[in-house]
Amino acid sequence: MNAKYLPMAATIAVFAGLFGIGGALYDHFFSTLVLGDILADNAFVIIAAIGTTFVILSGGIDLSIGSMIGFVGVVMANLDAAGWHPLASAAMMLTFGALYGAIQGFIIDFCAIQPFIATLASLFLLRGACFMINLNSVPLQHPFVASFAAASLPLPGDGFLASSALAMLAALAAAIVIAHFTRFGANVYAIGGDRVSAELMGAPIRRTIVGVYALGGFYSALGGVIYALYTASGYPLAGSGAELTAIAAVVLGGTMLTGGVGLVAGTLFGGMILGLIATLINFNGSLNGAWIMISGGVLLFVFIVVHRSLVGSLRLGRAG
Amino acid sequence: MAESQIARIEMRGVSKTFPAVRALDKVDFRLGPGEIHALMGENGAGKSTLIKIMTGAARCDAGEIRIDGRPVEIGSPARAQALGVGAVYQEVNLVPTMSVAKNLTLGRQPRRFGLVSWRAAREIARRRLARLGLDIDVDRPLGAYSIAVRQLVAIARALDDETRALVLDEPTASLDAAETEALFRILRDLKSRGMSIVFITHFIEQVYAISDRISVLRNGRLVGSAPAAELPPTALVPMMLGRALEASEARAAVARSSPEEPPILNAEGLGKRRVMAPFNLSIRPGEAVGLAGLLGSGRTEVAKLIFGAIRPDSGRLTIAGATAPPSPRGSLRRGVALGPEDRKSEGVFSELSVRENIVIGLQTKRGWLRRISRAEQNRLADEMISALSISTPNADKPVGELSGGNQQKVVLARLLVADPRVLILDEPTRGIDVGAHAEIVTLIRKLCARGLALIVASSEIDELVAVSDRVVVLRDRRTVGEISGERLSREAIVETIAGAGS
Amino acid sequence: MSVSLTSPSPIRRPLAARLAGHRAIWPLLALALILAVDGFISPGFFSVRIVEGRLFGNLVDILYRATPTAIVALGMAVVIGTKGIDLSVGSVIAIAGAVIAWRIHAGDPHGLILAEALGVGLVCGLWNGLLVAVLDIQPIIATLILMVSGRGIGLMINLIYGGTDPSFSSPLLQSLSVGHLGLVPTRLALGAGLLAALWALLRRTALGLFLEAVGGGAAAAELAGINARLIKFAAYLVCGFCAAAAGVILTADTHTSDPVSVGLYIELDAILAVVIGGGSLSGGRIYLGATVIGALVIQALTTSILTSGLPPEYNLVVKAAVVLTVLLLQSQNARASVFAAFGGRRR
Repeated sequence: MNAKYLPMAATIAVFAGLFGIGGALYDHFFSTLVLGDILADNAFVIIAAIGTTFVILSGGIDLSIGSMIGFVGVVMANLDAAGWHPLASAAMMLTFGALYGAIQGFIIDFCAIQPFIATLASLFLLRGACFMINLNSVPLQHPFVASFAAASLPLPGDGFLASSALAMLAALAAAIVIAHFTRFGANVYAIGGDRVSAELMGAPIRRTIVGVYALGGFYSALGGVIYALYTASGYPLAGSGAELTAIAAVVLGGTMLTGGVGLVAGTLFGGMILGLIATLINFNGSLNGAWIMISGGVLLFVFIVVHRSLVGSLRLGRAG
Repeated sequence: MAESQIARIEMRGVSKTFPAVRALDKVDFRLGPGEIHALMGENGAGKSTLIKIMTGAARCDAGEIRIDGRPVEIGSPARAQALGVGAVYQEVNLVPTMSVAKNLTLGRQPRRFGLVSWRAAREIARRRLARLGLDIDVDRPLGAYSIAVRQLVAIARALDDETRALVLDEPTASLDAAETEALFRILRDLKSRGMSIVFITHFIEQVYAISDRISVLRNGRLVGSAPAAELPPTALVPMMLGRALEASEARAAVARSSPEEPPILNAEGLGKRRVMAPFNLSIRPGEAVGLAGLLGSGRTEVAKLIFGAIRPDSGRLTIAGATAPPSPRGSLRRGVALGPEDRKSEGVFSELSVRENIVIGLQTKRGWLRRISRAEQNRLADEMISALSISTPNADKPVGELSGGNQQKVVLARLLVADPRVLILDEPTRGIDVGAHAEIVTLIRKLCARGLALIVASSEIDELVAVSDRVVVLRDRRTVGEISGERLSREAIVETIAGAGS
Repeated sequence: MSVSLTSPSPIRRPLAARLAGHRAIWPLLALALILAVDGFISPGFFSVRIVEGRLFGNLVDILYRATPTAIVALGMAVVIGTKGIDLSVGSVIAIAGAVIAWRIHAGDPHGLILAEALGVGLVCGLWNGLLVAVLDIQPIIATLILMVSGRGIGLMINLIYGGTDPSFSSPLLQSLSVGHLGLVPTRLALGAGLLAALWALLRRTALGLFLEAVGGGAAAAELAGINARLIKFAAYLVCGFCAAAAGVILTADTHTSDPVSVGLYIELDAILAVVIGGGSLSGGRIYLGATVIGALVIQALTTSILTSGLPPEYNLVVKAAVVLTVLLLQSQNARASVFAAFGGRRR
């Protein structure tokens, strides 16, 4: 097997293993119902994480995800109150997300600002904007929201794929095409792998970086739209800390935080592992949220160290 | 290869000026069809600039470029490629984390219905590699392959169907003998199919092994161009090094050390594979040993192996009678100090002040707990600033804001405050004006008179003659001779470098 | 011609340039500006009264509230000086807080508990240092691990003694956090003491110089004889210790262990304080005093928004604006285009 699929294979194996453990421990765990629930509950963060995968592949980072999710929800809720159709407000917010990301990418590249700090400013700015609009949760009352939540695709067994999960899978498919079957995608990998070389090989740096953050903004906004529709509300604190979950999902999915190595599809499984851990711990009842965080950290550690030995040699090889 | 044929690339009167530096001065260059053309010269000769202009990575200020007889403007690497000129720059400029196929097709992937077809891309990649006789798995990441293979992939990328001229900047720098031979076979094969090749290297033997023609640049000017057969090494090397501009200063002929004294430093068979062939070197207190050779001959490697900045994989090093595995910290503890060649990334701390840069040399010796008081720091810094006449408004100026020569003096000051017994200087006078140059040479002599053992690696032969008691000559990463006493002269060194002397 | 253009005129330099060149001048100006606006909007902003033998007033309040962030930022400045970053400081605070509550329930003497809390900070620093200096993992990734799991570890520690009631009372610790030493709040004295101690550790020994040398260039530092790994290790130890110290103050303030929310986002504020204080994320310099001023700028912003009558919701937006301004000021490209736009001379 090609070495580049190894990390993702490991991720899938971990997911399968955890799922098997759950099935062995608890009745009714090993079912499409549980699987569908995990997908539905984590769809918004996985969508955002898919966008972040591009940012991380290009060698950057995006801390503004959680705030974008919250901001999109709050604006949509207010537009809902003003009589907008949710699809119209969603389209507007997706445009906003892409534009905002593009501007952010331009600032990062043109001003040579570290992505960490630039997107930190976005984290503050967008979250602050949430609070300036609303302090409380505002419901989305348009009938479309209820029908969106009710729509689902039955799975074999007693499970079903909720509309949010379907949206996530569609977003994933689009991302796979962009990452692996466009020149833009190839340029992202090249810039993340070795920016100087990529430039000498003729990859358009600024256009790609702007595109990467625009894509990140778009996917974060999409995550926000799905979250708002799924919860039928806009809450200014929604998505707090989602940036951390998303980055963890990307790393667990086999993408190197140093850029250039990874697969978009891996992020789905990275996100599902995190969701599965939460579900397992909920099933247990006697365990608490602490386990989610600790097991997340342990998994991160293991993956980072294993990755270094798998892929790190590629980079070191250059010097020798 | 008759001169009457139309040249593949012809450059006439090409000049390029960078702020404060004239990199190229009315250079003429002619690359014939099916010719392998070696471009030679020491550091700062203008080779890289010439190549960059040829391949569109830089523009010339004046002059004319013709490709196959037609005047052209080469504005970008992409334009050069379109004109049939492919380039492989010094560091293999590909992305090690990406697959070979992706590296080969980046920016020109075949597309079907708007999407990249990787099947077609792999096919193209295999075909391109096959032209160089290479059959490897194109789906594996480039970084999984050896440097030699990566080099070939880079060449394959540079070779379009349209490419008729290939420009290679030091392609053999990190290849071993067998890999180099394999590369040369491929280059000869390309040549037999009509490809013209420009090739920069510092290895004299390689030049004669492959090139039809040699052009030599020095200080931005073309100093000679001749068929390789008509330009023996004995003529080539002086051409590269240039004539002494002024009569080299008379050497202090007195032996400064007594032969009975035991050596302070003794290297036996010290070496590292692919980096430097094992060598012996022994030096007594008060003695000055020069390391001579062309760029890439192993001067820096010898200096770093002795200091421990490069871990040797063979031989042993004895300092003051005690044998120890070389390491920078251990060397400094035993009184061996190194002034590295790469001043910017290995020499100075540009954010730190002149005072801090100087004091750090002594501070590391004392350890972090016994801080040198501010008063003593000021005294040391002022002392060194005046002793080396470092030109800085005050001792608190960040070193990064000083001129190159003054930065070099700060590095020297840092080494000297620690009062070393053995001082290794790699290119101590590079990028320094004439006045400072003389000062540093005088200073080095004074130090030896006080019993310091000195190793100087330099590309300036006259400087080596002026300061050294004996000179070790290096060629192609091995020691090829040692000249001392009455025989030590510029001519003797040049002959040995060219391989005619010893 | 070109020579005269590139060399700056030496005559005008001394006063303006030296003042502008001083690293603390920009954060101090920012602080002064914020306070001036405050004084303009709400007269009496600067009044400091003595009530029941204690200092009261907006200025004291800013200092009081800024202390934990400032302490964390001091450690962060050290790590950033070595070209690193520590995202885990919030988690370290949570762990230190949990250890305090646990050991109080276990009945340790409170003086010992203080040592235990700080010790646990050092252990966290040791872990980060191990990943960064020994395993050579990029700092942002290495410290992400503890950032993700640290709050969970805090929750687990709460569980050791049942976890139902993590609140406690400790006169000693509370006096350190909310008590007063004469007129002055104790935590101000502690913060000042820590600043002084850290300054002494860095500047009365050669540690500061070595840290900055490693940040300026690890390769050059090794060649100069500095053990770069060990020095990086030291930086993460210092950072862990500072975070734990802030953890003591924050936990004693609320006298409960709340790993989920204590010190949330403090790592971002701390990094921001370092950047406002003129520290570059690319390392090479450590400005302790300016970093503290940076923390004060952040707190002064928050306090002024509260006192100005603006809704507190504006806080984050204003903070974002400040970050962006600082960033753009530091970017050469942005400065150049601004100068070009206003017809200024370009170099």
